[in-house]
Amino acid sequence: MTEITTLRPFTAASFNQYLAEGKLMASRCEDCGNLSLPPRAICSKCHGVNLVWTETSGKGTLVGFTVVSIAPTFMIQQGYGRDNPYVSGIVELDEGEKISARILGVDPTRPDTIQIGSRLDVGFIEVGENENKRVYLAFKLIE
Amino acid sequence: MPKSHKLMRGVSIVGAGMSKFGAFPAKNSRDLFVEAFKDMSVSVDKGFDPTNIESFYLGNFSSDLFEHQGHTAPLLLDAVGLTPIPATRVENACASGATALRQGVMAIASGMYDVVMVGGAEKMTNLPTADVTDTLATAADVPFEIAAGFTFPGFYAAMATAYMSRFGMQPEHLMNVAIKNHENGALNPNAQFGTTIQKWMEGRVASALKKGKPAPDWTTIWDFLHDDSANPMIAWPLRLFDCSPITDGASALLLVADERAREFTDTPVRIIASAQASDTALHNRPDLTSLPAAKLASSQAYAMAGVSAGDIRIAEVHDCFTIAEILASEDIGFFAPGEGYKAAEDGVTSRLGSKPINTSGGLKSKGHPVGASGVAQVFEIWKQMRSEAGERQVPGDIPLALTHNVGATGSTCVVHIFERNN
Repeated sequence: MTEITTLRPFTAASFNQYLAEGKLMASRCEDCGNLSLPPRAICSKCHGVNLVWTETSGKGTLVGFTVVSIAPTFMIQQGYGRDNPYVSGIVELDEGEKISARILGVDPTRPDTIQIGSRLDVGFIEVGENENKRVYLAFKLIE
Repeated sequence: MPKSHKLMRGVSIVGAGMSKFGAFPAKNSRDLFVEAFKDMSVSVDKGFDPTNIESFYLGNFSSDLFEHQGHTAPLLLDAVGLTPIPATRVENACASGATALRQGVMAIASGMYDVVMVGGAEKMTNLPTADVTDTLATAADVPFEIAAGFTFPGFYAAMATAYMSRFGMQPEHLMNVAIKNHENGALNPNAQFGTTIQKWMEGRVASALKKGKPAPDWTTIWDFLHDDSANPMIAWPLRLFDCSPITDGASALLLVADERAREFTDTPVRIIASAQASDTALHNRPDLTSLPAAKLASSQAYAMAGVSAGDIRIAEVHDCFTIAEILASEDIGFFAPGEGYKAAEDGVTSRLGSKPINTSGGLKSKGHPVGASGVAQVFEIWKQMRSEAGERQVPGDIPLALTHNVGATGSTCVVHIFERNN
């Protein structure tokens, strides 16, 4: 695990900026060692404020999922919906922290074949171009 | 150990009312609250003087987005002619109603007021479904959970997959909850979908025949519930009939200090515990098969009341989705982890079972106007404890009852325990 300390604040905007750079970053408390994903500016374990950014392994396990047929507006705008469902899930990283993400490499038309406990590797979904580009967190099934 | 909580003096419910729940294009939340208020007014046995009310707490999730109307508490209070008393809106997503009730309980218990009105209201059906989905999604952690494509059915679906994986439940087991709650709702004149799934299916067959179309080949409700056209997938494994509907509705309660209850009625319902807990986003919890805030609020409520789950005769729990009722039935201690779905299958939670849950029809059949739901749960308890629930009355004595109201995926849970006092 590469330790990276920068001046970026521990915000959703910074988290998304790291995603755009192809990194899934967590915060780690320098006082008690607790890892937080999503990142936090205050440690939820010891309430310390000495946090650093740290890159996660990106490897994890599927702990819960769904195949969304009735989608929110921003996903409908990306072409998803009843005729093109997608998979969202909760992934437990090897470090123990969990995060919500899109799940790729599984068959949304065969939800019964998607297995909890499947091994996953971090990936990134790019939507839009130039200043409208947004990168979303995803995990891919490791075959 | 955290210190135990107590009320500095007792609080009783002496009146309760609700509007009909449903889709009412010509009514806003104010109109619906007026209906609930009038229903509450006539429920006060010894007569009701509205000028006795000293403060008002309103549970409302998002009138801002649903109706483009903020600052709803004074508006609703003015609609029933009761300004200038304090009016406070409380927002805790789908637990707004019970959270408002809790504010009312604490306001009386503190000695500040003797007579308080608690309301809940939500007007949801103005918006198209996608906009309702987006509005409800604001109750989640938007940058981290919604960005992953989750919807509210999706969150509970993910809990269902975790539960299925751990305990061997099948999606069919969830349908038992929907079937039961529609059976109860069919006996509730205020329910949005006050019809059994059997009658619903028969209606669809009759409608097809009337239009000269071939009748669907459903023999039983199980065929109907497995049919992707009749019961479409919303977020696998949850289908349409696993989800509570989009609803307009309002509810109202009149609370008084115990020592004044007999001025209003000889059969008040005492609130003997009020507990509330909060939690992280779903992905930060140790496991997805239970709502820690619900377990904590329940255990605190039982400690406060000095009773246990075994003592509770009936419960109204937050069945926003079928899986939510199964998890709730375990989190409130009615059943051990992994046993809730079996209890639903075996009829233990049916109206005539040993642990009736959601005799009102629950959010599933009665409807789920989010800010009103937590207050309307108490309306059902009030009716049942006073033996006024008509056809859906639970047989026998109901000395103790419980309500469980959840915000979002369990980032809030509020539990109240009630005791008949006559």
